[in-house]
Amino acid sequence: MARYQCPDCSYVYDEVRGEPHEGFPPNTPWAQVPEDWACPDCAVRDKPDFIPLDSDEVEETFEPQSSPGEE
Amino acid sequence: MLIKNAVNVPPQEGNVMSIIAQNPSADTTPDRYVDKKRYLWMLSVIWPAAPLIGLYLVNLTGWGVFYAFTLLVWYVVIPALDVLFGNDPNNPPEVAVPRLEADRYYRVLTYLTVPVHYASLIISAWWVATQPMAWWEVVVLALSLGIVNGLALNTGHELGHKKEAFDRWMAKIVLAVVGYGHFFIEHNKGHHRDVATPEDPATSRMGESIYKFSLREIPGAFMRAWNLEKVRLERAGKSAWSLDNEIIPPLLITVVLYGSLLAVFGPNPKLLVFLPIQIAFGWWQLTSANYIEHYGLLREKMADGRYERTQPRHSWNSNHIASNLILFHLQRHSDHHAHPTRHYQSLRDFKDLPELPSGYPGMFFIAMIPPVFRSVMNRRVVEWAGGDLGKIQIDGARRKQIERKFCGARHSARAAAK
Repeated sequence: MARYQCPDCSYVYDEVRGEPHEGFPPNTPWAQVPEDWACPDCAVRDKPDFIPLDSDEVEETFEPQSSPGEE
Repeated sequence: MLIKNAVNVPPQEGNVMSIIAQNPSADTTPDRYVDKKRYLWMLSVIWPAAPLIGLYLVNLTGWGVFYAFTLLVWYVVIPALDVLFGNDPNNPPEVAVPRLEADRYYRVLTYLTVPVHYASLIISAWWVATQPMAWWEVVVLALSLGIVNGLALNTGHELGHKKEAFDRWMAKIVLAVVGYGHFFIEHNKGHHRDVATPEDPATSRMGESIYKFSLREIPGAFMRAWNLEKVRLERAGKSAWSLDNEIIPPLLITVVLYGSLLAVFGPNPKLLVFLPIQIAFGWWQLTSANYIEHYGLLREKMADGRYERTQPRHSWNSNHIASNLILFHLQRHSDHHAHPTRHYQSLRDFKDLPELPSGYPGMFFIAMIPPVFRSVMNRRVVEWAGGDLGKIQIDGARRKQIERKFCGARHSARAAAK
């Protein structure tokens, strides 16, 4: 079971816990979350923007609110 | 923590590229930032009581003109103070942000604002029901209360963006004062997702008057909020017509609140005129804010069909200190839209943002006079787009007129193709 993090507000989607409020019960795999699902906390990043937390690249690519937002 | 490590310079000290290029370690930078606005934020708590100050002055002097106290301060005094005090040079460096956001003082101020909104409504309603007033005085007091009720939306806005359940409940409770509980869903999950795109009913188009915009924005906002909740609840196998629908509990609070006012003070004819006007003018404040915050701005579509990410340049910013201090920094809107969960005390100003020439009160006023608003803002929008009308959201009914006027600017073929 993996975890995925919003790159803007650091919200984490944990497959084990799911997100019942959003209609994803515990153990809902990330693959079943719709592609156009937006971060439930900030809504300015969508599912494709989320970063898998358990991979090694995360620490380098995770760029939180510190930048003004330009890419 | 990476959040701490990414940047340790105030954004104004370098351009965007240099900020991103830097990768300093914040651990070596001492956090010496002193928030000079710390105690001035109490003005945002006190301001919603302005109609009560007006009532006090009426009581003291017997002059009915003080029913207009809030209107005068909002539309005349604050714009003058914006000219007088100008821009806010303070910007919290990134290293200070975790401390600022952990400081409960700032959060408590937003909580304290909630009962102030209730007090303003209840005491004003009591006054209308029990004191001798001319009809024009009832209307003027309703408009005054409407202004600060618009600010209930601002308080609800700041609270509604927080992740904690308590803050989100406080947001719903304060939004209920102005009967706009759906804002909590509409704004956070709708407007922020769609901002500066043609899909957003809360982004105004260049050339569109605020009156035309309001007819698209007010129903569009409710429909979007309802659909967002419907989709969410369907996923969970629930009906949209349930208390789980986050639009419904604040709506019920509104019904109970206004029902109680009428039950306690009686169906006084003045009250029956007063209450709808102050609600409508409260909504008008939100419409005004939405109207000026992204006027004409457009995010480009990327190759994969998604819109580019919301950047600070996709919101009109106002860094005027006087009006920001009564609005919990709402006007530092560029940073807010790029990073919606950032707390009010840590919002920053950046260089090279699209800038409003005045704070919100002054801009709200000129928005009500469309030719003046267009003459102030249209050239700014064209400048923002580098003269390329194809990069602007333009009201279809005004496109030809705008193209004629700005065809001297580098008018791209893309604009003509649209």
